[in-house]
Amino acid sequence: MSPTDTTKPAKVAKKSPALKTSAAALNKAAAPNKAAAPKKTAASKKPKAAAAKKPRVMAAPKMSSSQSLDVDDHKVTVGKSFSDNAKMTMRNINVFYGDKQAIYDVNIDIAKNEVIAMIGPSGCGKSTFLRTLNRMNDTVEGCRVEGEICMDGEDLYAPKLDVVELRARVGMVFQKPNPFPKSIYENVAYGPKIHGLADTRVDLDEIVENSLRKASLWEEVKERLHQPGTGLSGGQQQRLCIARAIAVSPEVILMDEPCSALDPIATAKIEELIEELSQNFTIAIVTHSMQQAARVSHRTAYFHLGKLIEVNPTEQVFTMPEHQLTEAYITGRFG
Amino acid sequence: MSKPVDHLNKIKHSLRRRNRAEARFRWYGRVAVFIGLAAVAVLFGDIISKGHGAFQATYINLSVAYNQDLIGVDNLTDPDELAMGNWQALPKAALRAQFPEVSGRSDKRKLSGLLSSGAGYDLKDRLLANPLLLGETESIWLLADDDIDTYYKSWLAGDAYAARLTDKQIIWIEQLHQQGQIRLQLNTNLFTRGDSREPEQAGIRGAVMGSLLTLVLTLMLSFPIGVSAAIYLEEFAPKNRWTDFIEVNINNLAAVPSIIFGLLGLAIFINFFHVPRSVPIVGGLVLTLMTLPTIIITSRAAIKSVPPSIRQAALGMGASKYQTVLHHVLPLALPGMLTGAIIGMAQALGETAPLLMIGMVAFIVDIPGSFTDPATVLPVQIFLWADSPERAFIEKTSAAIMVLLTFLIIMNTSAVWLRKRLERRW
Repeated sequence: MSPTDTTKPAKVAKKSPALKTSAAALNKAAAPNKAAAPKKTAASKKPKAAAAKKPRVMAAPKMSSSQSLDVDDHKVTVGKSFSDNAKMTMRNINVFYGDKQAIYDVNIDIAKNEVIAMIGPSGCGKSTFLRTLNRMNDTVEGCRVEGEICMDGEDLYAPKLDVVELRARVGMVFQKPNPFPKSIYENVAYGPKIHGLADTRVDLDEIVENSLRKASLWEEVKERLHQPGTGLSGGQQQRLCIARAIAVSPEVILMDEPCSALDPIATAKIEELIEELSQNFTIAIVTHSMQQAARVSHRTAYFHLGKLIEVNPTEQVFTMPEHQLTEAYITGRFG
Repeated sequence: MSKPVDHLNKIKHSLRRRNRAEARFRWYGRVAVFIGLAAVAVLFGDIISKGHGAFQATYINLSVAYNQDLIGVDNLTDPDELAMGNWQALPKAALRAQFPEVSGRSDKRKLSGLLSSGAGYDLKDRLLANPLLLGETESIWLLADDDIDTYYKSWLAGDAYAARLTDKQIIWIEQLHQQGQIRLQLNTNLFTRGDSREPEQAGIRGAVMGSLLTLVLTLMLSFPIGVSAAIYLEEFAPKNRWTDFIEVNINNLAAVPSIIFGLLGLAIFINFFHVPRSVPIVGGLVLTLMTLPTIIITSRAAIKSVPPSIRQAALGMGASKYQTVLHHVLPLALPGMLTGAIIGMAQALGETAPLLMIGMVAFIVDIPGSFTDPATVLPVQIFLWADSPERAFIEKTSAAIMVLLTFLIIMNTSAVWLRKRLERRW
């Protein structure tokens, strides 16, 4: 093991004291489960991964074996990646940007009406993965997706499938609030208009109001529907973008770090909103904030360098992660 | 303890150096801006000082008798008779009545040389407008000849230019001046008439109309083509060797000397497609070729400056590529495109060389009324006048330059205004 490998985690911890304290808290929470964890994994069907992680515990200041944290050894996702009640199924997904591979052999199901969080260090491919779900990667020059992605059994990458229809069924909320430079009303009405969802002006008004209500923005903007959406605060803009996405009644909503540009109060509102929306929609959310993933999601998927390391119920991921890498990440040793 | 102090001194020392460099740089900038402004000021000052005289013309007051026998016209509604009428006899008679002592053939000719050769036709127009004047006498201001105009203006300015006048003519002018029968008046001819060999009768209306017709055609062709090309290249075209090749060639086209476009227009539009010469159609086509690269390049820059987040938002909503472009990208890029188009048009307005090649340099008196009428354009008119030997054309040339500059300033100002006005923030 090279000296840089051993010093890196310590450096990261120093850089972000907030993460350090939260990591410490998580450490404490995780500690009692340490004994239970090996038992669980030993029983699982992935002996190799389990073996790789078993000997390492948090208390050890240095890793005695570099193998456990080496992602190259990782072959199979641990945890519960599959669901009986799947909305979307992804099998053997590989994504390439030109010659560079960004996603390696990902297999996962997204269940109906669940909130699934994707976490992982920067550049681990979680956003790329999210974008394969509504084929936003199509717009990226040189991006190639291999494997099978199905929604309700329908292949999303079938040649005859129209991406326009797909994106009406799989909505997206972006990292930076990006309302159109048009009025609040026009922002929400845009989707229903282009898809011809409203026959009359009254219908359209109703859709706009309902969407804004669902995004809990109605009370704040009902007096100024015809003012520019760009004049709202950051948090309001992001809720406007959510209202815009749900105005076309999608089945799945993808959120790419929706709160990264927002303050804590706006973030809390969005998180509350995600919880409400999960009653009607299936939501996949990418986040950098582990606390956020812990608060809003039902399941959490951990990505590392383009590989899906672990998928488990959120509670389990944050209390007794199955994989060494997941544990290292959530305790703040890197990322 | 000496070390931190030393450190601080070093920072202070380097700070002084940096501040000096910054101050120097500011001065370079100010000097550069000053040189630029001074050049513009000198240019404008020179042109205005030379050209302002052209906005006034010398007029001579005479009492004109609309003598039916003298003209030889009985029926003012008969065009044939009107055409045969001896209209020049009217101002001649009026001048002789003013100066009865003049005798001798040569002197008489010099005397009638005081007035513009167009004075008789001005009287004809006046008579046709008021037929009741026939047989009456009225006091009227008549346009003076260009030599008289030049002399009178320079004489008023205290630096008389008499090279083209005889002593007798100078005496007559002085007499007229003493009697208050010669004066400067607003030169409406400059704005209402077409070109003429007689400087005092020459106007820029024909050239302005020619420029307008040519530019309208250029705009109608180059804006839609340029914008479509820019949108396709920027939004739809795959990025490959072909599009790179096209981009290089568009940039090349923008740098091709304009006279080449003139030759191209001559070879293709006139010789091959047999478009008539000297008409705004062929001028518009040639200027379109010239303006296209400018519009494509500025439009592409405008499209590029639309934030990708807006495109993603629209695509993420399920808008098709076409809807994304039409609903979101175009409205945001439009100010930049319009600015580019106006700047391209301003360039086209000032373009001379390619139009020389396609015959728009012809001497055209009639004011063009359609795209197929022979026409010339403002810069070519300036070129023609600057080339004319008559001294009076000097100030005409400067006046035409002033008009051209006014149009350019209006266009460029509106480009800036449009950009400020339509610019959206996101």
